[in-house]
Amino acid sequence: MINLTINDQKISVPAGTTVLEAARKLNINIPTLCNHTDLCVAGNCRVCVVEQKGARTLIAACAMPVSEGMDIHTNTLKVRNARKHIVELLLSEHRSDCTKCYKNQKCELQALANEFAFGDTIFLDLVEDHPYTIDRSSPSFIKDDSKCIRCQRCVRTCAELQYISAIAVANKGAHQKISSFHDRPMSHVVCTNCGQCVNRCPTGALVEKTYIDHVWDAIYDPDKYVIVQTAPAVRVALGEDLGYDPGERVTGKMVNALKQLGFDSVLDTDFSADLTIMEEGTELLTRLKKALVDGDKDVQFPMFTSCSPGWIKFIEHKYPEFLPNLSTCKSPQQMFGALAKTFYARKKNIDPSKIVSVSVMPCTAKKFEADRPEMRSSGFKDIDFVLTTRELAIMIKQAGLDFRNLEPVPYDSIMGESTGAAVIFGATGGVMEAALRTAYEIVTGREVPFSNLNITPVRGMDGVKEASIKIEGCTNDWKFLEGAELKVAIAHGLVNANKIMRDVKAGKSPYHFVEIMACPGGCIGGGGQPIPTSMEIRKNRMKAIYAEDEHMVLRKSHENPDVIAIYKEFLEKPNSHKSHELLHTHYVKRESY
Amino acid sequence: MEKKGLNKVGLIFEKIDAREALTKAFNMSNDEIIQQILDSGLKGRGGAGFPTGLKWKYTAAEKGPEKYIVCNADEGEPGTFKDREILDRVAYKVHGGMAIAGKTIGAREGIVYLRGEYRFLLPKLLMELEEFHKMIHEIGYDFKISYRLGSGAYICGEESALFESIQGERGEPRNKPPYPTTSGVFHKPTSINNVETLVTVMMIVMHGSESYKQLGTKDSRGSKVFSISGDTPMPGIFELELGMTVQEFVNEFGDGDTKAVQVGGASGFCVPRKKFTDTIIGFEGVPTGGSMKLFNSSRSMYNVLHNYLDFFAEESCGQCTPCRVGCQQLLKGVEKVKKGEVKSTYLNELIKLADTMKIASKCGLGQSVGNAFRTIVENFREEIIY
Amino acid sequence: MYQTGNLVKELTEKHGRERKSLIPILQGIVEKYNYLTDDAMVEVAKELDISAAEVYGTASFYSFLDTAVRGKYVIRVCKTITCSMKGKGEIIQTLEDMLKIKVGETTSDRMFSLVETNCIGWCHKAPAMLINEMPYTDLTPEKVVEIIKGYMNK
Repeated sequence: MINLTINDQKISVPAGTTVLEAARKLNINIPTLCNHTDLCVAGNCRVCVVEQKGARTLIAACAMPVSEGMDIHTNTLKVRNARKHIVELLLSEHRSDCTKCYKNQKCELQALANEFAFGDTIFLDLVEDHPYTIDRSSPSFIKDDSKCIRCQRCVRTCAELQYISAIAVANKGAHQKISSFHDRPMSHVVCTNCGQCVNRCPTGALVEKTYIDHVWDAIYDPDKYVIVQTAPAVRVALGEDLGYDPGERVTGKMVNALKQLGFDSVLDTDFSADLTIMEEGTELLTRLKKALVDGDKDVQFPMFTSCSPGWIKFIEHKYPEFLPNLSTCKSPQQMFGALAKTFYARKKNIDPSKIVSVSVMPCTAKKFEADRPEMRSSGFKDIDFVLTTRELAIMIKQAGLDFRNLEPVPYDSIMGESTGAAVIFGATGGVMEAALRTAYEIVTGREVPFSNLNITPVRGMDGVKEASIKIEGCTNDWKFLEGAELKVAIAHGLVNANKIMRDVKAGKSPYHFVEIMACPGGCIGGGGQPIPTSMEIRKNRMKAIYAEDEHMVLRKSHENPDVIAIYKEFLEKPNSHKSHELLHTHYVKRESY
Repeated sequence: MEKKGLNKVGLIFEKIDAREALTKAFNMSNDEIIQQILDSGLKGRGGAGFPTGLKWKYTAAEKGPEKYIVCNADEGEPGTFKDREILDRVAYKVHGGMAIAGKTIGAREGIVYLRGEYRFLLPKLLMELEEFHKMIHEIGYDFKISYRLGSGAYICGEESALFESIQGERGEPRNKPPYPTTSGVFHKPTSINNVETLVTVMMIVMHGSESYKQLGTKDSRGSKVFSISGDTPMPGIFELELGMTVQEFVNEFGDGDTKAVQVGGASGFCVPRKKFTDTIIGFEGVPTGGSMKLFNSSRSMYNVLHNYLDFFAEESCGQCTPCRVGCQQLLKGVEKVKKGEVKSTYLNELIKLADTMKIASKCGLGQSVGNAFRTIVENFREEIIY
Repeated sequence: MYQTGNLVKELTEKHGRERKSLIPILQGIVEKYNYLTDDAMVEVAKELDISAAEVYGTASFYSFLDTAVRGKYVIRVCKTITCSMKGKGEIIQTLEDMLKIKVGETTSDRMFSLVETNCIGWCHKAPAMLINEMPYTDLTPEKVVEIIKGYMNK
């Protein structure tokens, strides 16, 4: 243990602790900017500089490891003057249009300016000296270089958490900037649209592309029938942008709010998540049968889930030779979209050309997914607009709703009923658990052998999780699986997806079925979720997801009455011809570098 | 203050028998070598001036087996060209110095980081290297040197940026601690030494530390190779004893009208005429890696300052706020002051900014910009304003 | 004629496929062609299995690893203080007049590029310049004309 003093308070911490971490233990606040708990230490913004007795220069608290007898002062005049200068310098290279900026009141630079830099501007404006680009090429996010303060959080995120490194630091000196490959538009480089960079950008340099105005236009268009679906992960995080703590479930209030906003029908992505399980579960069992009974050599294992569009784009770019391994199932969002303008329109007697299908997602990649050219199975664009959780919160504020005091209200029907298996899609391991709850029962006629249906081995924040289930006591149709050990894996964060794929490529992957989510934590950590994000916040959201599941009456996808009904009335059965037409898709090989 | 007067020395370029020196070194224990270097008072000749003996002592104490001796041949400080000359004429002593360092600290591998602007020297250096490898093999020490080229980045002269560059990354200085002796190139214990330092080590081992100690002053032992340019009738490199005053230097090298001497390049200090007699060239006065530029009264110190600030704004690695933005602010600021577009009192704000850069920047580049800025602005204020 | 495919393979054979091999490989390409095309950078990214953005980010840091098109001979005139004092301006003017391009540009026949660079270590023989890796010092406008004519006749 190392003993040191911060602001005349003594503390003992293990060797390797940084001054910043030690200060936080004493509840001493040192401002930071480039520092992020999910990422490695950078030490480049210099906002966190503090005074160390006996040192020639100030030290960066985030990067300096503690040493025995260290005497630190975090708020001397010397420190404050340096901090003020640093914030002023950052402001001088930042295009401040706060009143118009998407991150107004949520910008970390703005907060620092409020603390350290109010009053007359000291330095000269440098924005005019640097031609900048605002890249709006991606349907998912906007990159505005004029607001970048070069903290490099986005670069570290894309490298350390997501493996992709779509953006990197380029040039040096006055021309240093964060750039894609040779400044190409983000829509033309290897980028998965996962939005993890957006989640960690402290300013308005990286924000999602918003469709709020489009949605308002549709809502106020008397000619249009506007449906909205909400993803599972939204209901456990929306509250954070409306004054709640992370991990508070606001499902009923959210539905009420959506109605008040003027949506004609408020439905649930969880419905189509249950549908996905039926389709994908059947697909997996069919593949197993083809491989084990028919000896079909073309069937490849492991089979991968396909509901994460960031993961889809990742495998399309980096491992296109394994596209056949992907489930052909669309994501719940897109399944819903295809059914909304066919089945739903017919049932409700609405002209599908008048339907505007909106989704609220914890995700930015879903905006790209909705724009994919093949997502038009209904004859129209299946999903018209995708809003992030953050955008919904903005709309609720714009409508002047008193969110806290809204009565919880149930979803509309049809396509509004769901089970606990669906809501856990929002957490890493959730799709796997939902699939196992159904597949196991189909094959053995019995429930999964886990207390209260909670398959805990697939849960949690480990980057790669493994489990195996022994299949015994099969029904007659499934006798070929008797005694088999189904090996599954779950990965979240693309750096872990890459670990799995490396093994698959090397022929060393022992799994039959793998769930992959592009975002750390799964959808609850998605690129469209409230900012800030941290391991603690994601854990709280995850707890809420499993709490939602526990509180639901129905907890297995195959028990969802709306799902049973849609097969009876419309789709016939899982993987039927109609199902394939509307609910399944194909993939595209993309450049790898 | 110990004053020495201007004395020319012929140590660095003296021809010696490398095999003899190396054999001598290999017959000494590592502790003996370290003690000899410590005793000589030798400080790094690249500009930072860290005691060489200490650097080797720390690196030697680290656990191996993978350790490195790196020769910093990224000489990029404006006005410094002595390492080029040393490599051109006595490369065998650079290689020899690295071998001695390697033996002492426990490194089997040496890397010379040669700036890209000196790529034309490489064929000759590689030939010398072949000879060296033959000799060292014959002596019986397992030691290999390889060359890595820079590609036009001044900041790669900073030790940790240099390591990053060898590792295939952008030359961005690291957070310290850990220091190079603990975690250097490839994050292994490394001693990084300047070209001239390594040659000096050869000479100390050859001749002993006593004769070296006779040169220089208590704080600046020994001699130094200076690169002299600007308004001087004698531009070139000269090896001089440390400890002379700037006046003595100007008496020898000035053109009779010297208004200012920039000691230590763009990151050094500008000494005005009125301070010549009181300023010692050495670690107790103005330290330098060897760059000495003389300016006579025809020169505009505004142009000089502008040139340096333009240099830094371009060569900064850009990662830390005080340096990346500070350099641009200083440059644009003096331009606006000169044009009268801002009040001349704005210079005072800029001096405060330079002071912030000195204490808040991540590496020596940002920390040193204020040296030239302060000394030029304080001593030649009228030239900046009018 | 910019043909990178084989060259990149040769360079990775020589230097390896690790991250530390990146800069020697880029230097090898630049040694032959004086700049890096997008295709070349993507080839290197493939061989080393790092992202193209990473390759570009690293290359663009180094002034000599140009990602803009350069000619067969890259003329780098030093603009740091001593060369600036000793007549760099005239040297630039001579070159601009002779080659009919401005600083930062390349001749239309792709023979010469003219750029400014920082201290190249010849301050005692200022003004100085590099043409590719060769230094030329003690320059005068007349000397520069002779030097360039020499390259034109090669």
